[in-house]
Amino acid sequence: MAEPRTMTINMGPQHPATHGVLRILLELDGETVIAAKPIIGYLHTGIEKNMEAKTYTQALTMTDRMDYLAPLSNNLVYVGAIEKLMEVEVPPRAEYVRVIMTELTRIASHLVWLGTHAIDIGAMSMLLYCFREREKIVQMYEFVSGVRMMASYFRVGGLTNDIPAGFDKRVKEILDTFPAKINEYEGLLTENRIWRNRTIGVGVVSAEEAINSGLSGPNIRGSGVAWDLRKSNPYSYYDKFEFDIPTGKNGDVFDRYKVRLTEMRQSLRIVSQAVEGIPEGPFITADRKIAPPPKPEVLQGMEQLIHQFKIYVHGFCPPKGDVYFAIESPKGEIGCYIVSDGTKKPYRVHFRPPSFVNISALNKLVRGRMVADVIACVGSLDIVLGEIDR
Amino acid sequence: MSSVVEERLKKEYSDKIVELYSFRGDPNVVVKASDLIEICRFLKTDSELRFSFLSCITAADYLGIREKRFELVYVLYSIPKRLRVIIKVRVDDGGEAPSLTTLWDTANFQEREVYDMFGIKFTGHPDMTRILMDEDWIGHPQRKDFPLTYEVPHFTHNKDHIDSRHRSPWRGDE
Repeated sequence: MAEPRTMTINMGPQHPATHGVLRILLELDGETVIAAKPIIGYLHTGIEKNMEAKTYTQALTMTDRMDYLAPLSNNLVYVGAIEKLMEVEVPPRAEYVRVIMTELTRIASHLVWLGTHAIDIGAMSMLLYCFREREKIVQMYEFVSGVRMMASYFRVGGLTNDIPAGFDKRVKEILDTFPAKINEYEGLLTENRIWRNRTIGVGVVSAEEAINSGLSGPNIRGSGVAWDLRKSNPYSYYDKFEFDIPTGKNGDVFDRYKVRLTEMRQSLRIVSQAVEGIPEGPFITADRKIAPPPKPEVLQGMEQLIHQFKIYVHGFCPPKGDVYFAIESPKGEIGCYIVSDGTKKPYRVHFRPPSFVNISALNKLVRGRMVADVIACVGSLDIVLGEIDR
Repeated sequence: MSSVVEERLKKEYSDKIVELYSFRGDPNVVVKASDLIEICRFLKTDSELRFSFLSCITAADYLGIREKRFELVYVLYSIPKRLRVIIKVRVDDGGEAPSLTTLWDTANFQEREVYDMFGIKFTGHPDMTRILMDEDWIGHPQRKDFPLTYEVPHFTHNKDHIDSRHRSPWRGDE
């Protein structure tokens, strides 16, 4: 009778390639993975519970802290859910800026993914290059909102403040420089023999398995399912712009890499269309029950002063009901489920974090592969632990 | 577009639907816990609907507001038809719901989260354990009677704290 040959070891929680504090319980036979179980919760801070104790606008700042690599996507899904519940009309100028900023966010998030994923597999220099480019986008956040990372730039009904003068010039600078940089990254990796050996045929997931496991975003598109919420259920102004949805064929790490790189180019394409067409007009809704009036009016009129006071002291009260609103974040489908009981604070907020669902499929990706492939698979899923644990 | 879902459900399961309404463009279906799997299987396999993607499982605690305390929320999405449907199941305190892990693997982690946060158990789940909180955590944080600010000290030298462990507000101790 054979002896039990398997060994159980922990990968993480303190492991540089787990992108935070993820612990993976690996059952190994020699160097082959029999089973992998992700153990999460080390970063749980009770964001959903905390939101119940804050007004709708106050709770917005917590959404940035979930997926801290794509703060504006989180902002958008949260304000989008409230706007759906309250049936708010958002001015076109705000929608254009939202599209530009969330697409830049997608590029920034993919850049961090590319840098960290590449350094996990051994391509050291990628991290430095990617962070150099990401810095340009982070500076854009600072330019529009005053904050480098936790921008909280979107508000229910529009934006925090109007875009500063010179916005389109800075966006165009990014548009001019980025395509060459993305080509440079591709030149470093796509035909690189080590990179191809480490990624092609690793972590394969079929289309049916991907749907069954709830994978979304680039992970499901890498398996050949052409599903993108920006196209299938357009929100904001995404139906006004032309872009393609890249898909892979084999559903391996390499295909997911290719999909994300192409997505960055498509995002630039959307931004270049949007920046040409930013209309003039208000940047936030004129509904004074939701957004405060402009400061000069507050100083002159009684009514406006009351509105300002009510907004800042009390907030606004959406009608009773519950909605689910989902958008395509850089990681996949991020959804926001809000229950309102008609008061100024949300009764219940739940986020459907794409990383949380994606990491749950890890076992399928790594079963039967080597330990070193676990690193490549975790990297290719593009997870952020802040979002998984909330 | 959403009316397709409502029509199909009315036609096939008119006797099993507790409530069917549309809110902000999304069809909402309230069903009994015992019928959940059957209706989900129908929605998943029906050739006109094909809700093959389980987006989200979550819950809400209506303590003191409703007779049945918890409401489970299942969000299904149909990739080919681009439709969304919200299925709701109302559960009593201490009640159980059937697990959807037989239909979707993605239900595994999400049901564990609901169990961890609300204490609703899912029958037939392969691994009904906590996921976000420690395994020895007492209580379920998303319940409305779980205090927001107080935290059980897990380890302390402070004698006052040691004593207060036995009087933690949600433990049910005197």
